[in-house]
Amino acid sequence: MKIDQVPMKGLTSEEYERAIKIKWQPKLQYAWDNGIAIGKYLAGLKEGKILASQCIKCGRIMLPVRSFCELCWRPTDGEVEVKDTGVINTFAICHVNWDASRLRPDEPRHIPAVIEIDGASKGQGIMHVIGNVDPKKVKIGMRVRAVWKPAQERTGTITDIIFFEPY
Amino acid sequence: MKQRIGIIGVGVTGFHTVSPALSFKEMTYSAAVKAYLEAGLQPGEIDSFVTASEDFLEGYSIFDEYVPDQLGAVMRPVHTVTAEFLQALGIGCMMIQTGHFRTIAVEAHSKASNVKTLDEVRAFAFDPVYMRPLKESAEFLAGLEMKRFLESSGNSERQCAAVVVKNRKNALNNDLAAYGALLTIDDVLQSPPVSVPLKHLDIAQRADGAIVVVIASENEAKALSKNPIWIDGIAWCSGQGNPWCRDFEEAEYAKRAAEKAYAMAKIAHPRKELDFVEICDEYSYKELQHLESMGFARKGEAGDLTESGATAIDGELPVNPSGGSLGVGHTFEASGGMKLCEAVFQLRHQAGKRQIKNAKRALVQSWRGVPTATGTVAILSNE
Repeated sequence: MKIDQVPMKGLTSEEYERAIKIKWQPKLQYAWDNGIAIGKYLAGLKEGKILASQCIKCGRIMLPVRSFCELCWRPTDGEVEVKDTGVINTFAICHVNWDASRLRPDEPRHIPAVIEIDGASKGQGIMHVIGNVDPKKVKIGMRVRAVWKPAQERTGTITDIIFFEPY
Repeated sequence: MKQRIGIIGVGVTGFHTVSPALSFKEMTYSAAVKAYLEAGLQPGEIDSFVTASEDFLEGYSIFDEYVPDQLGAVMRPVHTVTAEFLQALGIGCMMIQTGHFRTIAVEAHSKASNVKTLDEVRAFAFDPVYMRPLKESAEFLAGLEMKRFLESSGNSERQCAAVVVKNRKNALNNDLAAYGALLTIDDVLQSPPVSVPLKHLDIAQRADGAIVVVIASENEAKALSKNPIWIDGIAWCSGQGNPWCRDFEEAEYAKRAAEKAYAMAKIAHPRKELDFVEICDEYSYKELQHLESMGFARKGEAGDLTESGATAIDGELPVNPSGGSLGVGHTFEASGGMKLCEAVFQLRHQAGKRQIKNAKRALVQSWRGVPTATGTVAILSNE
């Protein structure tokens, strides 16, 4: 068959099975350098603290820690500890896993959310999940608090906070 | 060219085998701060931003979303090209030529040390039907090309080794370089075989680092800078995509890009009119092949030129005074950026111990690496 004579129709299942296919599974592994800012933020989480950076020029308290203020274009002026409580800015109720497979009916729904942390500037939220709540009762503006892993189980990752729960 | 483009600021971090102290954003920020300071501009005064990166090397898909913060380019026009730095620079030049942009920042960086399966990523660039099933290392293609190039041109493995000795020695005078060393020809010839004739020391080793360059229209460059370095010509070219159909005897992409850049810069006799060149030496033989392809030596004579000392830092045509990728480190999509910065330092007469006297005009060239046949050539001058 010539390329300009190919009928533009899909294959049947049987035709698809018969077709020769090429498969490849890449091995992609990375270990990113955290550097100054991410390093400090994760070290804070390991100690059970949420750290933010301050910029004395724009006055923002920024989450997570950053080593430069991207708006003022200058190094930040140190870190401050903010609260581990806040307000739900937005959320969604997910019925699928991150690989798009469906949750079984008996599995709890995932509730990823943006949480505006108390003590940080407006718009400086973090991304986390809401737990220990009936999904139907979650509302924008609801107050939530961090539920931490026990100190000895924390490793310096954002999942050192298990979830945020309403209180 | 319609108008010349001026380089008014360069910022470059050092190049290092590893760089755990800084994230890629922090590394790029530190380069951008230097470049903008030289240009005398705040990021808000720069009209647009172009960055060069390859998602698989970053470990992020849609990596362009992660570039604005560290360039001061939040809520500004930014775009990323999957290309090598000098191609991004060429795009920046075209944007200025439109008349809609006066100043552009161009960025590229390498965090190659963060890619734990670097060889897998490189092999992933091979054709999945016709090459990957052979399960050969990414270096095999360089070995094939080196074999054919040496056989057809008459250059020797010993002459390739002389390139390595020269470039790594040059790097000893470059504070930014990661791989400065005093080697002998025999050190290179006796280094472990990889894809023979290619040996371990023929291969530039990876490095981390970031480069930011600010360019401006001719008028703007004159107004903003006391010592702008001019881009008189810039062109790039992609060759045959299927490596098994390539002419390994010369680098046609470099030849064609150079011809175009010479025409733009009105250069008739490159070897006479250029004071030094910074060219791709990701593998030792590539320096010889690129020299011949761009008209600096006749076929088979680049090796003799190297052995005679003509391409040494004090020779008639210094080649890779920075130390090249062999001496500074291979920075993937940032490799032409490192070479461009060296050319700018030399042309501003700021190259310290390795300064080439009275340097006025230079060529900078990059190749996008295995398995590509893509390369860019730029002609720079200081007057």
